[in-house]
Amino acid sequence: MIKTEHLSKRYDALVAVDDVSFEVQPGEVLGFLGPNGAGKTTTMRMIAGFVTPSAGRASICGHDVQTEPLRAKACLGYLPEGAPSYGEMTVRSFLEFVADVRGLTGERKKSRLDYVIGRLQLEKVLEQTIETLSKGFRRRVGLAQAIVHDPPVMILDEPTDGLDPNQKHEVRTLINEMRRDKIIVISTHILEEVDAVCSRAIVIARGRIVADDTPQGLAARSRYHNAVSMRLEEPQQLEAARAALASLPSVAEVEVVEREARLTALPRGGAAILPALAELAARQGLKLKELHLESGRLDEVFRTITA
Amino acid sequence: MRNVAIIMRRELASYFATPLAYVFILIFLVLANAFTFYLGGFFERGQADLAPFFNFHPWLYLFLIPAIAMRLWAEERKTGSIELLMTLPVTLWDAVIGKFLAAWAFAGLALALTFPLWITVNYLGDPDNGAILAAYVGSFLMAGGFLAIGSCMSALTRNQVIAFILGVVACFVFLLAGFPLVLDAVRAWAPQLLVDAIASLSFLTHFESISKGVIDVRDLLFFAMLIGFFLFATGVVLDARKAD
Repeated sequence: MIKTEHLSKRYDALVAVDDVSFEVQPGEVLGFLGPNGAGKTTTMRMIAGFVTPSAGRASICGHDVQTEPLRAKACLGYLPEGAPSYGEMTVRSFLEFVADVRGLTGERKKSRLDYVIGRLQLEKVLEQTIETLSKGFRRRVGLAQAIVHDPPVMILDEPTDGLDPNQKHEVRTLINEMRRDKIIVISTHILEEVDAVCSRAIVIARGRIVADDTPQGLAARSRYHNAVSMRLEEPQQLEAARAALASLPSVAEVEVVEREARLTALPRGGAAILPALAELAARQGLKLKELHLESGRLDEVFRTITA
Repeated sequence: MRNVAIIMRRELASYFATPLAYVFILIFLVLANAFTFYLGGFFERGQADLAPFFNFHPWLYLFLIPAIAMRLWAEERKTGSIELLMTLPVTLWDAVIGKFLAAWAFAGLALALTFPLWITVNYLGDPDNGAILAAYVGSFLMAGGFLAIGSCMSALTRNQVIAFILGVVACFVFLLAGFPLVLDAVRAWAPQLLVDAIASLSFLTHFESISKGVIDVRDLLFFAMLIGFFLFATGVVLDARKAD
């Protein structure tokens, strides 16, 4: 379990993190969202024991990070922002160093190293020094060191930054594989990642938690939640269609994207408007290329609550 | 203890992973020998001892030891690897001591590689090998003192050049603490007690007696306490500034 209570960090006049409290239970994958400079990394650093909080406390698996740092750190796998490592070391010697510090020995050390090397596809670069690796490989080496001891708690600061789409997919698959019985906290500003892996999302802005919800719950806050989007076969019908949609009492607003011949009808008070719209389209003889129900746009929610 | 050994091993291996180790050892050996033969007049003195060799060690160390020490912490902070190290289950002191011991062992290796000179004096004459051993011990301790100071200076900054310059200046002050250059600056305003205290910190004075083959417990204690103090200071500085 990760628990933070009133965690705060001040640098002189600047308040980086302001009274952040939350708990994460095993099985949860928590997405930590927020604009750059919102305090995500500072919060993660305080939980990992790298930054000393100005106030409040954090604990990992019941061990207070400040008073029992070794026990707390032993439960934790941590990928710092930017995946720093020792550039002059080879991938193999670096991972062995981390495994040694983590207290892995003998057969267990060998099997865990084999596992992470295979899982993150590092075989080809094992004997290369880390400074010669591409950004994607460095990130994967960073992930490998974070999970080598099979920790119950993982904090990964931007684990997919710098990876190509295939590698991103691989890392998300890995996170989904590990999630059972574990606690995983990832920070990201890629919102699709939240949908892909997270069971919960905390949005932080100016050092404060501004939302703590499931990804679905977060999307439901969008004004696009339950909105219906349609694309017309014939652009000349656009104006007539807009007027017809706007006349429906359950429709609050209609947005038009002329370039795509697309109309988006926003419901009044989140009402279900799809059946009414489908019926209207049939009645008006609108030729539809596409018709779909939106669950809500995370990026729009993100902008609204962090602005 | 286990973690100190693991950190020390990693650090030591990283010296040899780059040309740094080889360049340093080569330059150390060339300069040590050049000083001995040209400035020290090894042959001209007509004495089978290593005094002309050891006499120059403080000056050799003044520039070469800060060159090893400068990267100890400045580099960790620059590359961000300090965040990795400090979030592994090791204590701050494991890291401070492990890295210091690696640098000290490395300096010790460079010093040990001057053994051909020792063979030479034994071939040429009949030196007091006990005194030579004592001088080696003294030189090694002095290197440790310089390194501990350098480690602390390296923890102050993320810039290795600044760490080097701070290291050289701090070592220079300690080297000449007993001499007018340093004492005159203090004497003008400080009470005599403080002046005496500063004078007693001089590396040269403490090294001089050991290098003559006299191992005095006070000199050993001086270097041991100096190393302990500056490693402690390194830890305090790091704890305050590691995340800056």
